[in-house]
Amino acid sequence: MPEATLIEAIRQAMDEELARDERVFIVGEDVGKRGGVFRATQGLYEKYGPQRVIDAPLAELSIVGVGIGAALYGMRPICEIQFADFIHPAFNQIVNEAAKMCYRSNGEWTVPLVIRAPYGGGIGGGLYHSQSVEAFFTHVPGLKVVIPSNPADAKGLLKAAVRDPNPVLYFEPKKGYRLIKGEIPAGEYLVPLGKANVSRPGRDLTLITYGMTHYYALKAAQIVATEGIETEIIDLRTLLPIDKETLLQSVKKTGKVLIAHEDNLTGGYGAEIAAILADQAFTDLDAPIKRLAGPDVPAVPFSHPMQDWFMPNAEKIAAAIRQLAAF
Amino acid sequence: MALPLPEETLLEMYWTMLLSRRLDERAWALHRQGKIAFHISAIGHEAAQVGAAYAIRRGYDWVAPYYRDLTLMLALGYTPREFMLNLMGKKGDPSSGGRQMPSHWSLKRANVISHSAPVATQTSHAAGIGLAIKLRGEDKVVITSVGEGSTSQGEWYEGVNWAAVHKLPVVFIIVNNLYAISVRQELQMAVANAADKALGLGLPGVSVDGMDFLTMYQVMKEAVDRARSGDGPTIVEARVYRITPHSSDDDDRSYRSREEVEQFKQRDPLLIARRTLEGEGVLTPQKHEALEQRAKELVDEAVRFGESAPYPDPEEAAYPVYAEDVQNA
Ligand SMILES: Cc1ncc(C[n+]2csc(CCOP(=O)(O)OP(=O)(O)O)c2C)c(N)n1
Ligand SMILES: [Mg+2]
Repeated sequence: MPEATLIEAIRQAMDEELARDERVFIVGEDVGKRGGVFRATQGLYEKYGPQRVIDAPLAELSIVGVGIGAALYGMRPICEIQFADFIHPAFNQIVNEAAKMCYRSNGEWTVPLVIRAPYGGGIGGGLYHSQSVEAFFTHVPGLKVVIPSNPADAKGLLKAAVRDPNPVLYFEPKKGYRLIKGEIPAGEYLVPLGKANVSRPGRDLTLITYGMTHYYALKAAQIVATEGIETEIIDLRTLLPIDKETLLQSVKKTGKVLIAHEDNLTGGYGAEIAAILADQAFTDLDAPIKRLAGPDVPAVPFSHPMQDWFMPNAEKIAAAIRQLAAF
Repeated sequence: MALPLPEETLLEMYWTMLLSRRLDERAWALHRQGKIAFHISAIGHEAAQVGAAYAIRRGYDWVAPYYRDLTLMLALGYTPREFMLNLMGKKGDPSSGGRQMPSHWSLKRANVISHSAPVATQTSHAAGIGLAIKLRGEDKVVITSVGEGSTSQGEWYEGVNWAAVHKLPVVFIIVNNLYAISVRQELQMAVANAADKALGLGLPGVSVDGMDFLTMYQVMKEAVDRARSGDGPTIVEARVYRITPHSSDDDDRSYRSREEVEQFKQRDPLLIARRTLEGEGVLTPQKHEALEQRAKELVDEAVRFGESAPYPDPEEAAYPVYAEDVQNA
């Protein structure tokens, strides 16, 4: 199996889906000749032409709204939002339109649509090129929310998202675009939505995470392993709908849970996991459920020392693991 | 005057306006009787809607309507019975199965997409449908409507801009009834006509007397033909008047005079249509009476049908959140 970066996997998934299904097209800012500001769509404009890879006006709500209209007509659009931070103008279209279309039409209309957006900090992007926005959308029935952590999953999940009959938000850990490498299965490879992955087995505690934080979590688990602490890591992959089964099984085994994400703490996705486990795994728990999350400030600051203060990393996670393991 | 359509078609248009009016009046009556919870009216807008409907290939072209489009819906094959199910939140309401408030349309068999309450959100959907039609190289057209107040939304500008940039086969109808609930046009826009907004977006904009169904038809036909032949979108502003309050929850006496309302009633689109058609010998008082009789029977029957129809089971509210919940999705 060839090794690839995360962004190469994403590009490969889109390339294959464009080739497979002529209803698929890409629409977003600078996705055409420029190949995307992160080069996610590089070469696709040349290969598929301006009808399949469309440079949109600089207007997010209509990137999504036009995508919804085309999806209603039977197309399979992939909308790119240049940075997750700029998805907010499209909130109305995502939450009031895409998410509610099936329900409000009693199933007459569905919206097979993928919205891709790079998210997360640690890249010197400041308040408006670093945000994690998943919690806004995991609250919304009718949407699916996917966040890959590695190239193989990135490919398999994106291909599955394109084929899904619902609106799927696909958030890409942009700090990991070139940093995270791995083998990707060539050709047809699908990872089903809604299935979490135990990415590292362990007996002492369960660390639940996703996306970029999963990358730090693997490193943290290696560090504490040298100290004799065996961490089981669950990579959620799909946040909505959540795979409760995999979580509950792991907690039954370890009895201790740490949830880690970069998004800030209050009302973050970890709160939902904690609530589910408190309700459904109470008797399996030997310690309080702990959360390691971004601090409750409005967004990630620009200057390096302050950015580092905000961001999770392997050391911070390792420290949280040690504390919980000692409980 | 040379009539632009066969007599039979003109009569059908008149019939649709009349049926819409009588259904609408019955909805107000049902509301007063406490039999329905909400109504939002098309009274005064009928000519603009029937003119638009007959300019497209109904059932072939696509439609992204807004809540005042009862006449348009009837012209597309929506039935009085269906409207009553919709008004009463009964099982079988084709728009949403009782999930949305009344008059938030959807009718897949007629290519009418579902729209929501947040105004102007359907504008970019229409552009997206237009884009899909163009990508597939088909000759269909999309029409979409909003009130003049709703053209203040970024939603509206972004959708129209898309269609203008990509020369998409869309006709954007602005239904200008002078009011957005209580707020007058002057506080919504600095341009004299809502259609003047077209100038800043790079597409043609036409302002027409939407109280006259033939004028509306002719202007819409040109815009639809233009769209179909690949020459791009048009904005058509239909100048109408909302003869009723905004909705059954509104009292318009606080913001407009009775004299103003009376003055516009002189230009009631049904009166204008009747005068035109009688002048041309297409309609006679006898024919009109027969249509009135038929409308009354249909409306009565629809109300009986609606009242005896069951409500949805409460558990139906749990579905369908995802396409997987829909059979054959
Ligand atoms: C985004 C949004 N804001 C507010 C409302 C509440 N609202 C419903 S209709 C309306 C007025 C719309 O006026 P106009 O667009 O002129 O259409 P008309 O009702 O006059 O046909 C308002 C403010 C809404 N539905 N959506
Ligand atoms: Mg108005």
